[in-house]
Amino acid sequence: MKLQKATELALYSILEFAANPDAQVSAAQIAEKYGVSSHHLAKVLRDLGRAGLVESTRGVGGGYRFTGNAKRLTLLDVIDKFETLGADPRAFEASTPVERALARVSSEIDEIARSTFRSITLSTMLKLVEREQRPAAQAPGSRVEQPLAS
Amino acid sequence: MAAAKAPPDVLVRPVEPADLDQIIALDAAITGLAKPDYWYELFHRYGSRGRQQRFFLVAEAGGSVVGYVIGDIRDWEFGQPPCGWVFGIGVPPQARLGGIATRLLDAICAGFRRAGVIKVRTLLDRDNNLLLSFFRSQGMMAAPFIPLELDLA
Repeated sequence: MKLQKATELALYSILEFAANPDAQVSAAQIAEKYGVSSHHLAKVLRDLGRAGLVESTRGVGGGYRFTGNAKRLTLLDVIDKFETLGADPRAFEASTPVERALARVSSEIDEIARSTFRSITLSTMLKLVEREQRPAAQAPGSRVEQPLAS
Repeated sequence: MAAAKAPPDVLVRPVEPADLDQIIALDAAITGLAKPDYWYELFHRYGSRGRQQRFFLVAEAGGSVVGYVIGDIRDWEFGQPPCGWVFGIGVPPQARLGGIATRLLDAICAGFRRAGVIKVRTLLDRDNNLLLSFFRSQGMMAAPFIPLELDLA
């Protein structure tokens, strides 16, 4: 399962914002951390703003702030705003038994992917991120990951 | 995210015969289906105190049952080392978001650990997002299994 670039950026960004709901996080911070173009990120952040998930403040010290409910908002809620998972147009065009059988197997995988994304809230995701940071910080000689929104 | 804490007067304890009617009603309210025979059979198999591999616990508050959890230890299914299985957990809608399910899951996991297993698993409908989200919030991840079924009709 490979998400589109814009979707990935949206997830990175919203997790950064949700990790620090009281802070303003700038687009430049996120762009630098994930090595992405500010231009591409700006469009994603606009879409998140239109969806009511973040609000922006202009000026010095300005940035974006999470306005959703991290205990309720799921990964799928965010993904659905940027792409439709599992909508393989070939499935609708399947005319042979082989195509239909393959489409059925693909659809199984898509359904599992959707359920997985739907079952993980941003709060749960932040706990996973925390868990990922722990061994990285403890393992000798390992790369110390930047914490969220730093 | 810190889990919401259950009110201090919630007691998690092994099920008693007097709890059964409330559990049946609670399950019926959640699932829309009353299954008294099923619950009496479960009580017979899982309810007696002193069982080492079977767990049937309730959460009690103010003299009422406000949740249950049920599970067991399964040994060597398809070659897998013994692990704990949770196959039922329920809290009435009005008592949710208070950490009761977390207390119940913690209690049954403590029982599994005492019995020497270090892994807990569960299996549920992929559309049951309420419970999937709950188990995910407790740190559970996808297990290396693929559930399969076959229509026999």
